[in-house]
Amino acid sequence: MDDLVQAICTEIKLRRNYLNTSQLTSIYFGGGTPSLLSENALMRIFDEISKHFSWGNDIEITLEANPDDINQQYIRWLKKTPVNRFSLGIQSFFEEDLQYMHRAHDAKQALQCLPMLQDAGFEKLSADLIYGTPTLSTIHLKKNLDVLLRHQVAHISAYALTVEPRTPLQKQIDRKEKVAPSDQLVEEQFKFLMDFLGGQNYIHYEISNFATEGNMAVHNSNYWKNVPYLGVGPAAHSFDVQTRSWNVANNLQYIQSMEQGVLVNEIEQIDTLTAYNEYIMTGLRTMWGVEEATILARFGETFLSFFIGQISQMNQQFFKKERGHWKLSQEGKLFCDAISADLFWTE
Amino acid sequence: MENIRNFCIIAHIDHGKSTLADRLLEITKTVSDRDLQAQTLDDMDLERERGITIKSHAIQMDYVSRGTKWVFNLIDTPGHVDFSYEVSRSIAACEGALLLVDATQGIQAQTISNLYLAIDNDLEIIPVVNKIDMDGAMVEEVKDQIVELIGCKHEDILEASGKTGKGVQELLEAIIDRVPAPKGDPNAPLQALIFDSVFNSFRGVIAYVKIINGTLKKSDKIKFVNTGKEYAADEVGILRMKPEQRDAISAGNVGYIITGIKVSKEIKVGDTVTLTNNPCATAIQGFEDVKPMVFAGIYPVDTEDYEDLRDSLEKLQLNDASLVWEPETSLALGFGFRCGFLGLLHLEIVQERLDREFDMSVITTVPNVSYYAYLKDKTKIVINNPSELPEPNYLDYVEEPFIKAQIISKPDYIGSIMKLCMDKRGILKNQVYLTPTKIELTFEMPLAEIVFDFYDILKSISKGYASFDYHMIDFRESDLIKLDIKLNNENVDALSALIHRSKAYDFGRRLCEKLKELIPRQQFMIAIQAAIGQKVIARETISAMRKDVTAKCYGGDISRKRKLLEKQKKGKKKMRQIGKVEVPQQAFLAVLKLND
Repeated sequence: MDDLVQAICTEIKLRRNYLNTSQLTSIYFGGGTPSLLSENALMRIFDEISKHFSWGNDIEITLEANPDDINQQYIRWLKKTPVNRFSLGIQSFFEEDLQYMHRAHDAKQALQCLPMLQDAGFEKLSADLIYGTPTLSTIHLKKNLDVLLRHQVAHISAYALTVEPRTPLQKQIDRKEKVAPSDQLVEEQFKFLMDFLGGQNYIHYEISNFATEGNMAVHNSNYWKNVPYLGVGPAAHSFDVQTRSWNVANNLQYIQSMEQGVLVNEIEQIDTLTAYNEYIMTGLRTMWGVEEATILARFGETFLSFFIGQISQMNQQFFKKERGHWKLSQEGKLFCDAISADLFWTE
Repeated sequence: MENIRNFCIIAHIDHGKSTLADRLLEITKTVSDRDLQAQTLDDMDLERERGITIKSHAIQMDYVSRGTKWVFNLIDTPGHVDFSYEVSRSIAACEGALLLVDATQGIQAQTISNLYLAIDNDLEIIPVVNKIDMDGAMVEEVKDQIVELIGCKHEDILEASGKTGKGVQELLEAIIDRVPAPKGDPNAPLQALIFDSVFNSFRGVIAYVKIINGTLKKSDKIKFVNTGKEYAADEVGILRMKPEQRDAISAGNVGYIITGIKVSKEIKVGDTVTLTNNPCATAIQGFEDVKPMVFAGIYPVDTEDYEDLRDSLEKLQLNDASLVWEPETSLALGFGFRCGFLGLLHLEIVQERLDREFDMSVITTVPNVSYYAYLKDKTKIVINNPSELPEPNYLDYVEEPFIKAQIISKPDYIGSIMKLCMDKRGILKNQVYLTPTKIELTFEMPLAEIVFDFYDILKSISKGYASFDYHMIDFRESDLIKLDIKLNNENVDALSALIHRSKAYDFGRRLCEKLKELIPRQQFMIAIQAAIGQKVIARETISAMRKDVTAKCYGGDISRKRKLLEKQKKGKKKMRQIGKVEVPQQAFLAVLKLND
């Protein structure tokens, strides 16, 4: 673990000029189990970051954690770090759902982690929920949301259950030990989420993300707004507008590469066509939609006329057009991927 | 002329014909070892890959023996049933035939039908057991089969190995001794048989001929008897590894004529060449204008490529006279061409050549055979496309082509083969034990029944042991109906099929099931129906896709997700829209995959 932390610190130093600015607006500890980091390790990383970068008081510093990570001791030392926001993998407050999904925590831990963090003074909380689980009725989904509302959790990420290939869940479904999630339930619960949270003044600002005014995730929103980001650690992705790159995923190889001071990564060039497709894909997922003026400014006349030509042939019920912004309607949000693919430009 | 020997090799695919031919070329020094590419005679890439000879060729060899120079013309024959007419003309140009049988496999159906052709043409048969060096060679058993089949003496059968060259010298000597010299009168009026033609992009179409009587000289004014067209023989010559010009070629010999013809359609295999000012009295017998038997629509994947497809087909036709086509429009597929082929293999070859030589992606519709429709007013029309079938109130009856099918198999599989042929509306005409371990079954069957999957099933039920050959016999009245496929109530003309009434229900049901598998779910429900006229006989439903959105799209997900959607879009581009339904290309060939 020490070697890994050392490697991460080396990478931060090595790539300090990647962003062309030393001013940070957000830091995110995520992708895997950052809660494994000891107090010391976390502080070392912060020290390294602060050697090369600076930030204002309003910076968003998020740590991903699961309910079973959260205990009084953990919270006590985290208070000493600059971490000011938690993204919690709660998923559900019902035992049967957590078991279906092979989660390590139980319903009790899920319930306890919110007040524990809030009592310690952590105000910015985000909770992940999973819907569409065959064990989850829409009434239970509402109860899950009720708990979050009761604790005034201002940010909710709601993900439809997807069965990834080669996971234990996939195998159990193949063996007919578990029921596969049904499209119909996912549709019903997604619509319910949109209606219910909309009624509670949550803004549906991205297909899987809801937040009350002023509580949208700064860090994640930047992924959808063409803002450069630097990702450090094994398999981390970075983006500087012209390229996207990802570090070697194997921990040992990553550590060895950093010991030699050479970053091992793969780099993808983001040419105009790729950038256009990414703009369509990420834009349509958000409340800001895809803007004609932005297409014109970033990609030119040809792309704009292509876009208008394509979108005008599509089912208009999927869209709302507001002042030059094309956004997905509630119906359209159900088919976000297919709609994006239809609007893509491929050779 | 007494030193000329014209012969062909009759063999089943893979029985080693091309390898043996290579050996002959080597021993007669027609080709140097260095130039010898495996399977010298097959010169299209596709042929070498598939190990089959698509277009026949001829080659002349000099063989010195007994103090004399002998001229051998080896006339190569195509090895697939689709090209049986060309085979028959090649055989007609010879006086002898090597009957080549694989020592590990024994006699196969196709060998037999070509052998009968050779016997009918009075060719001297030299039986040769090949691949005697292989493990599992059953030389004596195969010899017994040959003896029973052609009634020769055991000791008349030669043994050879094309691979090692063993026995090839003896074979050459046997050709001198046993194949008769051609008979013909060099001074008679010219009478030459066209047995093949090839297209050369610089020289135009080159006709391969056997001079039966008379002499053909350079610059002669010549006439093709059956087409009635006249040309000048710009160049004549013989066929070595490369064509070699000669001032004249005479009776008994084999050679080529170049006349500056640009389109291969003008030269018909089987036609007779004679002189304009001294014509022969009669044409050589056996000329047939070969008609395509299998038809399918060929459409560009991208509708904008229609003109390119036309150009490609025109170029293909230059050296493939048996390919015919005319423009056709489909509601489902747009503008394309209805193409006629000699058979399914020919269709596949054309498809592959379009892809490889012209980089054209095409959608091929369900193949069908050619039918005759007789109207109530007694007129007869040819139906090459299900959409051409007249409305029932005008239609009197329909006739479909029948074939005579010969199947040779081990007796173990006879039950399954009989069942298959009966299922395919076959009528058993004859069964003969060729040897105790080989039985020949003869059926009369509708050609339409073998177009789709017959051969594949036959191979699988016989574990690859059955061989199959067929010939057209006649047209017979048949209770055919047009089966339509509807997607959300829109007729998909490209999926319509003409089918025997007894098969319609089962076929319709299976086709609907297959389409359900092949058409992806869409944002609305899709009804797939099979109908005869207004009557729906089968139905399947593809339920609507309820949602299509993946959960996360953060920094580490963007590239992967974009690539996934780009792939989806590319796949979708290749689909065809029928009403609102996006239909993938494979769906148009669903009917060929009913057994998968």
